[in-house]
Amino acid sequence: MKGTKRKIWAVGIAGILVASVGLVSNPVAAASKTTINFFTFTAVPDHMKDLQAMVAAFEKKNPTIQVNIQSAAYADYFTKLKTRVAGNQTPDTFELNYENFVTYAAAGTLLDLNKASAKDHSFKKSVYYGKAYDVFNLGGKQLGVPSSFSTVVLFYNKDLFKQAGVALPTSKWDWSDEAAAAAKLKANLPAGTFADFQPTQFWEFYKVLGQAGGQFLSADKKTALFNKQPGVNALTWLVSKTQNGWTPTKAQMGTQADDAMFKAGKIAMYHSGIWLFDSFKDAPFGWDVAVEPGGVQPGNHFFANAVVASAKSKAPYAAWKWAQFMTSDPAAVKIRLAANWEIPAISSKSALSIYLSKNPPANRAAVFEALKNPITPPVIRQQNEMQDAVNGWLEKALSGSVSVTDALNSAASDVNAILAKE
Amino acid sequence: MTSKRNGRTAALFIAPSFIPLLAFFVLPMIAAAVLSFTSWDLLSPPHWIGFANFKQLIHDKEFLHSLINTLVFIAGYLPIVYFLGLSAALALNRKFKGSGAMRAMYFLPVITSWVIVALLWKWILNPSGGLVNSALHVIGIQGPGWWTSKSWSMVSVIIPSAWKDLGYVMLLLLAGLQAIPPEYQEAAAIDGASKRQVLFKITLPLLTPATFFVVVISLINNFQVFDQIWVMTAGGPEGSTNVVVGEIVRNSFDYGHMGYASALSMVLFLIIMIVTGVQIRLQKRWVNYE
Repeated sequence: MKGTKRKIWAVGIAGILVASVGLVSNPVAAASKTTINFFTFTAVPDHMKDLQAMVAAFEKKNPTIQVNIQSAAYADYFTKLKTRVAGNQTPDTFELNYENFVTYAAAGTLLDLNKASAKDHSFKKSVYYGKAYDVFNLGGKQLGVPSSFSTVVLFYNKDLFKQAGVALPTSKWDWSDEAAAAAKLKANLPAGTFADFQPTQFWEFYKVLGQAGGQFLSADKKTALFNKQPGVNALTWLVSKTQNGWTPTKAQMGTQADDAMFKAGKIAMYHSGIWLFDSFKDAPFGWDVAVEPGGVQPGNHFFANAVVASAKSKAPYAAWKWAQFMTSDPAAVKIRLAANWEIPAISSKSALSIYLSKNPPANRAAVFEALKNPITPPVIRQQNEMQDAVNGWLEKALSGSVSVTDALNSAASDVNAILAKE
Repeated sequence: MTSKRNGRTAALFIAPSFIPLLAFFVLPMIAAAVLSFTSWDLLSPPHWIGFANFKQLIHDKEFLHSLINTLVFIAGYLPIVYFLGLSAALALNRKFKGSGAMRAMYFLPVITSWVIVALLWKWILNPSGGLVNSALHVIGIQGPGWWTSKSWSMVSVIIPSAWKDLGYVMLLLLAGLQAIPPEYQEAAAIDGASKRQVLFKITLPLLTPATFFVVVISLINNFQVFDQIWVMTAGGPEGSTNVVVGEIVRNSFDYGHMGYASALSMVLFLIIMIVTGVQIRLQKRWVNYE
């Protein structure tokens, strides 16, 4: 018994010694590789393989840096990110959309990438699309590099238009053309098929407000301005779509998602993002896109995502190298474009021509046409609180429990109270 | 020496329960109490603001609204779950073929995840093509909007809540029924009491300890109702199902007001303590311990 115990001890000690010798004999291999984390939401769920391909290309080019991918779906991403920051587990690099960027930047969470980029002689700022690069610069600090941008266009089901005998949308359309088409579609399509999907919520409202010639906040971001006449016109237009039966109510939709309804051929005109191109490619009907119709003026969403680095990262230069590679290196750009993973925020028109050459939709030029009249989201530090306050009143206006004017005045009063605490 | 060893053995047995309790309940509760006096956005360090969160809370209409919604939920849930649980317990408090299987069936929803139950009921009560509205349509009735309608949303979350907890309440009441010595009911029957009289004069009064336990536990749990509501309605439409814990989650993770959310948690804790204390005080008036 005693002998057996001794043997076990001897084997154990020998094992530890062998392992230690192994580590000592190859100290470079053990210590020279820098590992950084990258937390993503834009790759979920459709582009995880594309992201892995980007990481593989990066690690090949930078053999001393290893990137660990961590992911969460958009709905959970910002809650997880906040708890990680609170728990001192901030990823070295992570994605932020412009709407959340200000909150994280104001809290001092983000690394100023200027210091790292100054050391990187291969880096040229001009590789990025200027507007997208500059929105992530606050007070002279470059707190992120733009990874992609996107917009919202008018998707339309060609078969339903043909069935209803309605002319297809064009870039010349405005609200009145859209309303006329929606009315005709409603009259000629069977029950359960809807003419025009555009929900009454914050994200649509601030854009439609821009199309109506209005402004969401004052330039100093101290006062809400959306309750003026253009705001009333914008909200009346949005609400009328549901009231006229063009957009389905929540009860009519039930558990169906709007993109699933379009894909099932139940929506003729659908206001949604270009990130859905790939998921509609196998739709069993003909579809295309057009620039969204404007009101008194054209206006289209401009969404930008960035890769940022943690101010507490122990490997700031490696974080910079990855952020820069993932957002602008030709290899990463090629992967992104081939996968229809939004649009890389780069300045090279020849690289972007790959994007334009893909089909469907045939009219991809509408995407760049839409970006000629960009409307950026109104962004403050208490972004979610402002969005919830506005959404709450828009919902009441939609249900008819308060008038459009009263809803906007109440929402403006709530937003002013939030702005006062900024 | 022996008592020392006994103490050590006891500590060893208690440790697997005590350590998680300490780590996941007691310490977070203490942390929340401290945080309720701070302003903390989760992104930058917290700073001390004294009673400011509690002062803000007094004027917070959303909190008051969520508290009222929570009380409405409890008022709808508790009678349903109690009377259905009692009916099931009375029906199953006798031996018949398949009684064991029936009890297990009632208990099955209790051990099912809230997310699954909520998704299932969201589908059953789907205003567009859901099971209930389709059935109503067959008999010529236009079903309501259920969880998309301000008037029906609370009903839509109460039904699955009562359905899921029914088995638990039934089990507790069944245990209470089986603890009643049969001599009492037998003696009453011999004295000529009808079945109804036995139920109301003997069985139910002797079941009050179990009823008291059900009411106390249900109130404690339901002041903290959250999961099913978050999955089914996320507090909507128009805030009609926004409950206190929903308000806490929204303030902490969506708005980054962790200090204020902690103050809300402390107030909820206090409310639950007061309600439970009042019940314990009042039990002397209606609970019969034989």
